[in-house]
Amino acid sequence: MVKKDLGLLVLVLVVGLFVYIRNPLFLSPINIANTANLVGLFGIFAIGQGFVIITGGIELSVGSIIALLGVVFIDLIANRGVPWPLAVLIVLVLGLVMGLIHGLLITRLKLQPFVVTLCGLLIYRGAARFYTADATAGFPFGVNFPDLERLTTGRTDIVALVTGGANQFIPIPHSFFVMLVLAIVMWFVLHRSVFGRYLFAIGKNEEAARYSGIRTTRMIVAAYMICTTLTALAAIFFAMYTRSILPSGHGNFYELYAIAAAVLGGFSLRGGEGSIVGVILGTILLQVLQNLVNLLGIPTSLNFAVMGSVILVGVIADQQFKLYRERRRIAEAARQSMRPESAPAE
Amino acid sequence: MVALADFSMDVRPGEVIGLVGENGAGKSTLMKILGGVTAPDRGTVEIDGVPYDGLTVGGSMRAGIAFVHQELNLFDNLDVAANVYIGREPRRGGALQLVDTKKLNAAVQPYLDRLGASFAPTTPVSRLSLAQQQLVEIAKALSFNSRLVILDEPTSSLPIAETEKLLEVVAGLRAHGISVIFVSHRLHEIVDACDRVVVLRDGRLVGTLEGDSITHDAMVRLMVGRDLKVAYAPPAAAPGSAVLSAKGVRTPTYPDREVGIDIHAGQILGLAGLVGSGRTELARVLFGIDRPHGGTLLLDGQPLRLGTSSDAVKAGIFLVPEDRKGAGLLLDLSIAENITLPNLKAYAPNNLVSREAERRRAESSRRDLDIRATDVGARTGSLSGGNQQKVVLAKWLAMQPKVMIFDEPTRGIDIGAKSEIYRLMRQLADGGVAVLMISSDMEEVIGVSDRVAVMHEGRISGILDRHRFSEENILRLAVGRPLDAAVTG
Repeated sequence: MVKKDLGLLVLVLVVGLFVYIRNPLFLSPINIANTANLVGLFGIFAIGQGFVIITGGIELSVGSIIALLGVVFIDLIANRGVPWPLAVLIVLVLGLVMGLIHGLLITRLKLQPFVVTLCGLLIYRGAARFYTADATAGFPFGVNFPDLERLTTGRTDIVALVTGGANQFIPIPHSFFVMLVLAIVMWFVLHRSVFGRYLFAIGKNEEAARYSGIRTTRMIVAAYMICTTLTALAAIFFAMYTRSILPSGHGNFYELYAIAAAVLGGFSLRGGEGSIVGVILGTILLQVLQNLVNLLGIPTSLNFAVMGSVILVGVIADQQFKLYRERRRIAEAARQSMRPESAPAE
Repeated sequence: MVALADFSMDVRPGEVIGLVGENGAGKSTLMKILGGVTAPDRGTVEIDGVPYDGLTVGGSMRAGIAFVHQELNLFDNLDVAANVYIGREPRRGGALQLVDTKKLNAAVQPYLDRLGASFAPTTPVSRLSLAQQQLVEIAKALSFNSRLVILDEPTSSLPIAETEKLLEVVAGLRAHGISVIFVSHRLHEIVDACDRVVVLRDGRLVGTLEGDSITHDAMVRLMVGRDLKVAYAPPAAAPGSAVLSAKGVRTPTYPDREVGIDIHAGQILGLAGLVGSGRTELARVLFGIDRPHGGTLLLDGQPLRLGTSSDAVKAGIFLVPEDRKGAGLLLDLSIAENITLPNLKAYAPNNLVSREAERRRAESSRRDLDIRATDVGARTGSLSGGNQQKVVLAKWLAMQPKVMIFDEPTRGIDIGAKSEIYRLMRQLADGGVAVLMISSDMEEVIGVSDRVAVMHEGRISGILDRHRFSEENILRLAVGRPLDAAVTG
């Protein structure tokens, strides 16, 4: 797993270097800050997607949740006068409840995750559009939330902060730091905690996990709840970042970004394989690719095509590498077992 | 590694040959060579006097050799006829290449007739029993005009009555001049069915038995190189009180039948019966996998409610499931990770798993149970069947069992590992654990249990004390007939 992450890191660096050579603006402070922001925003919910994919499931309603909870959040604080900390709490709880419902439908009613969350995708999108009567949700003129804005869309120059302003680097948007903190916490949860081990076990073989006395139902539901709650958090960040939400288009295809990031990061859609480092690197690679399209003057219309091609090539390369290693392992094993008797050949 | 050395045998037309040997004796390698999967380093395979160098899978099939594997290779989403002629479907409709179902079914019917099958070519395979599915495999073999059918452990998962039927089918093949190689761990079937027995040990032919010289003892002696029987080891002390009791429990499979059973401390209770009699279903209820439709469970006399398997584990009720690879173990995880899984919190201070603690636990399990593995970090799937089963045991022995349920604990395991598992069961019982052993292996049921309960169609049809143990008694109860003498309890 570590090796895989390393390979992906190398790929990110190689692509980054390539872009930088073609267009040095890639490493300009503005571009770095922008890319970091996007990595942060997409990374937050991609981590959540990772938890679901580990169990062998999938969460397709991410984009619609971001739209629905985004308009709800803006409406609460801009129109209904709900204090923003309370609004944040409400939105997070709504996200939690969505995951709970998905999880229960999947585990108790034994529905397929694809079907349940596809329905979620449709329902939440419809609800978002209905909520605003298909109008754009935004903040009225002059309405400001300085604290909330500083927290979500503000930037901090870490170097300046540490050195007390003596040295300066680049002010990085807070979404990136939030993602980073989440990634570290979730790394421990997935890779070191009891719960994480259970998720891997369930993803590999749910039956065997059950026969080991693991409450598989509860664990799977928890994975969906983590996913949708992180998505709800991302929804708040996206709402504050875009400041106006067109419910029919906001967040479209975001679930696919998350799934793509996970796949690039070494997750198996069959479950039981993947790492937090991988999904973060996958998110970074996707954002760098988008950036590449802009910086190298490739028509923006090719955006998705570039992403798709890179993912495809990456997956093929990974598969070939796996086959190669497997073959080498078998050859090695064969040689090992031959050794004791190989001396006098006939 | 030489899996098979200087091995020669011949098969005559219409002969039934038993092939026996411990796991790793070279049976599979021999099968693979005959099937064209592996090429021998030296030597040849001759079919009808024609030497086949570089036999391929297709070549082997065309030459008339057919395999019926232990794990059946049927498509259970298709019907019988489609399975028999898969890849060779009669076509119609010209360029449309439609399957000519009528012709297909007509072609399959005679094979089914010949095997005495009671199902139609159009029956979906998913609706057939395991034994019937085997007949489909054999029908497939016949449809290739096979002249040698190799049955790999055909009876290992069959109930007794169906085993008899299969042996009749084998006899029928012989009568048609078709040769059969019969690989089995169940020696009494070999005695019944075979004209000749070939015994392998460590890749060598150690003996051939023919006719009357085919006896259980003779085979075992050749297989292991020593006399070995399942010798009953009596318990160290008189059994204690009932630890786990089921009263009027109805399982999801037999919602209208009530099961009552008491499992006592210090005693091995054998649970015999035909496959499908509800034994595994009972085990699933006792382990909290399925919820009973009614009735009560008592643990130490107190009512016990099991919502999930997790509740059972907390109560000290552990299950070694029948399906070792699918349910007993996570083959992709390491030995250590498998062992600690049911009790992971004990190795996780502050909820973070300590690899070091896991490793220590696994190392001590490895020593205690003599698990043969290079490293406790090794993939569990890389172990042999016997060692995998020991890992399943280690999982539970790392905790404090009150009740241990073994479902077919030695299926597909070689004799050496078997006796170790028997010894462990006895050790557990002597340590005060209540042991329930589900087994379809008569020798095992009689040789290991202190008491035997027999199930028939979802009910306990009788309970035998040791002095009443006999194959006949158990069989009678298993098929739902009363014993001659007055029997109960």
